[in-house]
Amino acid sequence: MAVNIIKDRNSSSVLEVKLGATKEEGGSRSHTITVGGDSALPFNHFEGEFPNRPIVAMEVQDMVPKWNDILKKEFEDVWGDPAEWAQKCVEEYGADAIYLKLEGAHPDEKDNSIDHCVDVVKSILDAIGVPLIIYGCEVEEKDNELMPAIAEATAGENLLLGVAEQENYKTITAACMVHKHNLVARSPLDINICKQLNILITEMNLPANKIVIDPAIGALGYGIEYAYSILERARIGALQGDKMMSMPIICTVGEEAWKTKEANASVDEYPGWGETATRGILWEAVTATSLLHSGAHILLMRHPKAVSVVKKEIDKLMKPNSF
Amino acid sequence: MLIIGERINGMFNDIKKAIQEKDPKPVQEWAKRQEEGGAAYLDINVGPGAADRVAAMKWLVEVAQEASDLPLCLDSTDFTAIEEGLKLCKKPAIINSTSADRDKVEVAFPMAVKYNASIIGLTMDKKGIPKDSDTRLSFAMELVAAADEFGLPMENLIIDPLILPCNVAQDHAPEVLKTLHQIKMLSDPAPKTVLGLSNVSQNCDNRPLINRTFLTMAMACGLDMAIADANDDALMEAAATAEILLNQNIYCDSYVKLFRERHQK
Repeated sequence: MAVNIIKDRNSSSVLEVKLGATKEEGGSRSHTITVGGDSALPFNHFEGEFPNRPIVAMEVQDMVPKWNDILKKEFEDVWGDPAEWAQKCVEEYGADAIYLKLEGAHPDEKDNSIDHCVDVVKSILDAIGVPLIIYGCEVEEKDNELMPAIAEATAGENLLLGVAEQENYKTITAACMVHKHNLVARSPLDINICKQLNILITEMNLPANKIVIDPAIGALGYGIEYAYSILERARIGALQGDKMMSMPIICTVGEEAWKTKEANASVDEYPGWGETATRGILWEAVTATSLLHSGAHILLMRHPKAVSVVKKEIDKLMKPNSF
Repeated sequence: MLIIGERINGMFNDIKKAIQEKDPKPVQEWAKRQEEGGAAYLDINVGPGAADRVAAMKWLVEVAQEASDLPLCLDSTDFTAIEEGLKLCKKPAIINSTSADRDKVEVAFPMAVKYNASIIGLTMDKKGIPKDSDTRLSFAMELVAAADEFGLPMENLIIDPLILPCNVAQDHAPEVLKTLHQIKMLSDPAPKTVLGLSNVSQNCDNRPLINRTFLTMAMACGLDMAIADANDDALMEAAATAEILLNQNIYCDSYVKLFRERHQK
């Protein structure tokens, strides 16, 4: 007897957000990338459409980062120059996009000037053709000057800029509106604040399809189950027609995975845990794939091997199942 | 909760006069006002006094759609008037309504299927409104069976278990609530449910209080839609809040505002 597959029918879908702009569109990217558009729970191809693949953006910083030796080995030849670093990620490691974290602008780090940061951004745009995602240093006062300057210097590129938060969203939202960029709206693993922030931003007239949700995920073992439930609930809301929960999701996978104890502790310390190198890479890859399964669209990652594993997983997940 | 705005009805003097004088202004004003209030549908009823019901329905449908993009709920006992109205509807409409009488069901259900419309089925027949929940439910079951028979998708069947004024028939409200709860168990997917809410408070003092209290009670029992006053702010706020408390919607601080704007363009 044939098994009758019970299918959910959804009235709505995740919004599509387009990243980047080509020369014809007023930017300088070699191509654009669209994320979102899913009309079913993650990869339930038999219940809906998945017009766009999830993407992996590799992290680059405007300073030599304080990363551990496993990451250092991959990037130390280029990380003195953010443009070369970005180029390596795209050309050697197949990054779909570049995620520039302006950590060096942090007053407690290098306190890089706004002009310096703008120059870094421009040099990366010159070096690569893929769309660019840029986060500030996450110090309110600095970012409120830094991000508008970057938005203005890159007007027309249709970048993805972050982050807007409930207590500080107006400046960056206005900058994205005026200079036509997309915006990351971040909420602290809280679905109610997430929805409210999206409302506040759209009330300033930034269209909903220019917003990407950063739910401030935790890594495997560090609260990923909370992230999983929030992503799942947001997706169900989106599919039921809740427009303020319908934006694609971005996750800071690399940053969270590589700060865990498991990604850093030495073999001497925990002989039963296996090689440090393999452990960190697996930690990042498993964090990323778990989030894919719960509905993430943009993964911000660090280690090329983890990226490669996750991209293969995405290939498999994007194959329609045969129900 | 979907509110079907009740105000474009020939029972109201301004609408009655507008129909007689072919003055679109009052109709269009109410269409816009109800949309702003948070209505998801506009009820269109030519009223008891219209000389030519078909012509009046066609005119109201056209005039209302010029002012608002909301879908319509065509409210008449005259199926010819409803069908002529359906032909002019730009969006899938609701037929309001048919009883469970076989002769009416045989006309109304195929019409709903033909025009991709939903249909409100009343849990009554020629003998009138039943007193108890069990009889209401047996009519509901007949309507569910009719949907299956005529090929109407179950989500396009909206069952109205019929509420009576609480100062006349106080014993009916608990029966209606019980029926609402049980209608949801009749099939999977279950049919939708609706009430002509304002009827519960006919000729009572403090009607808004009675209306909104009963609305939230009925929502907890499975009410999906109500034909109601979309410009009663307290009612709309109560509906928005009940949605949150029933976990039908993700909470955010602006949930009331969002409820109101949900169906606006």
